[in-house]
Amino acid sequence: MSKEKNISTDLIEKEYTTLNLGPTHPATHGIFQNVLKMDGEIIVEAESTVGYIHRAFEKIAEHRNYYQITTLTDRLNYCSSPINNMAWHMSVEKLFNIEVPKRAQYLRVIIMELSRIADHLICNSVIGVDTGALTVYFYIFQLRELIYELFEEVCGARLTTNIGRVGGLERDFSPKAWATLDKILEEVPKGLKEFENLLVRNRIFMDRCIGCGPISAEMALQYSFTGPNLRAAGVDYDVRVMNPYSSYEEFDFIVPVGTNGDTYDRFMVREEEMWQSLSIIKQAREKLKKEPEGVFNANVPDFVLPPKEEVYNNMEALIYHFKIVMGEANVPKGEIYHAVEGGNGELGFYIISDGGRSPYRMHIRRPCFIYYQAYAEMIKGCLLSDAILTMSSMNVIAGELDA
Amino acid sequence: MDKEALLVKVQEKLKAEFGGGFISSELIADYPVFTLNRDIICDAVRFLYNDEELSFQFLTNLAGIHYPENKGHELGVMYQLHNLRKNYRIRLKVFFSINEPSIPSITPVFKGANWMERQEFDFFGIVFKGHPNLKRILNMDDMGYHPMRKEFPLEDGTREDKDDKMFGR
Repeated sequence: MSKEKNISTDLIEKEYTTLNLGPTHPATHGIFQNVLKMDGEIIVEAESTVGYIHRAFEKIAEHRNYYQITTLTDRLNYCSSPINNMAWHMSVEKLFNIEVPKRAQYLRVIIMELSRIADHLICNSVIGVDTGALTVYFYIFQLRELIYELFEEVCGARLTTNIGRVGGLERDFSPKAWATLDKILEEVPKGLKEFENLLVRNRIFMDRCIGCGPISAEMALQYSFTGPNLRAAGVDYDVRVMNPYSSYEEFDFIVPVGTNGDTYDRFMVREEEMWQSLSIIKQAREKLKKEPEGVFNANVPDFVLPPKEEVYNNMEALIYHFKIVMGEANVPKGEIYHAVEGGNGELGFYIISDGGRSPYRMHIRRPCFIYYQAYAEMIKGCLLSDAILTMSSMNVIAGELDA
Repeated sequence: MDKEALLVKVQEKLKAEFGGGFISSELIADYPVFTLNRDIICDAVRFLYNDEELSFQFLTNLAGIHYPENKGHELGVMYQLHNLRKNYRIRLKVFFSINEPSIPSITPVFKGANWMERQEFDFFGIVFKGHPNLKRILNMDDMGYHPMRKEFPLEDGTREDKDDKMFGR
């Protein structure tokens, strides 16, 4: 019996199936293609293709004023666009040597940490969806909605926020924004706890996630991983701690690290980061009580629009208003790199200025683009369903991938 | 070690190891920047990776630059390296002629340089010698030009479906 079987398998030449995962596929949450060579359910080889939503941000930025580039950064990681906006403002401030008042820095910290929570909430609930737990996704959207309400109150937009200005914020937090923040600080921990009760020690979820799509610390560093994905592999690199910006050095928080770098570790690192973010927001609220009220930007007439009634009645304000809108700032020559801890890791802007009204060269270090190249290697030998889970737990976002 | 000390330290080590391959160094904003000869870039990155004291074992990013006025050195690439243990950050730069835009790839040292180099090949036409899979990454394969070079306008000049009688380009 067994002999016969051997003969028949020897005669059959081994064949692989080629499977196109994407460019548009309901399980990939974005537009990217993976050509998989499959041996049954197992992936033998993979090749990733990106660039389906490439929008030439770096080229467009060479033709725009500094304040107009903010809207491009919205569209990088659109799950946490306020962080991108702030990163751009801080880069320009570094180029122009602008010192932002403490109160504006703390307000920025609040906005950045809220958007980090929104980003991680989406990523973690999508991990739930891909393991078959659709409920958590809908639970989470209630919490995200609260955060977006605050963004709407502060800047008028929800997804592509264009929040803040070079030199601070465009307006102060309104009483309604503070009330929303109170509601967030009350509701989000409750919702998060409920979310964790559903998943963290859930046997089905654990069996599904532990050991799925692991990456070692050495390999993660080789591939220039940053953010929660690197920390899940066990390297405690966080830009907020190593190169603090916006007064992060004054805050007390823990940088969670994992050990295996698998899907479960990535999930848990993001969970803990959300709790830390909540604690940072609370600390920022306390610090804000000591700061003078009503200050929300630096005195940089080159960038901060004067109040409208001044513009109509005051010559100087009118001139500044005109200069800002036409993009005529006195730009110093220089070359800077500034990085922040974005939702997915080190988001950096490299600007070369030759004194013109727009950057001579602007390069964006997009964490997603850099770590997604390891994906093909990470899923080799995995089951197809694990590959989907690995992708969603890495939080691959098409906007940041292609720029 | 502060930035100036780091600048001097790396400069000494690079000079001792590569001699003429080292061209210049300066402190730009908060970054020590070193300009090197293009032929030694991979060796220099490997040397800095393996050096026990400096051990720059994390590649932050790399970006192409184009200065059309610098005749003979039009194209350039900048590399940013990071020592995560001691938080040292440096920037390396190489410049070369646009007529011969080739440079050794650093993928043997950093696997993560793979897509970063492909991106700069795509946008600037810089050929990275020794790269395992050097092809376009974000633009379409038959594009025929390298759009981030300064001579290309923002809008695609090869398109014929746009009428600019009224608004111009």
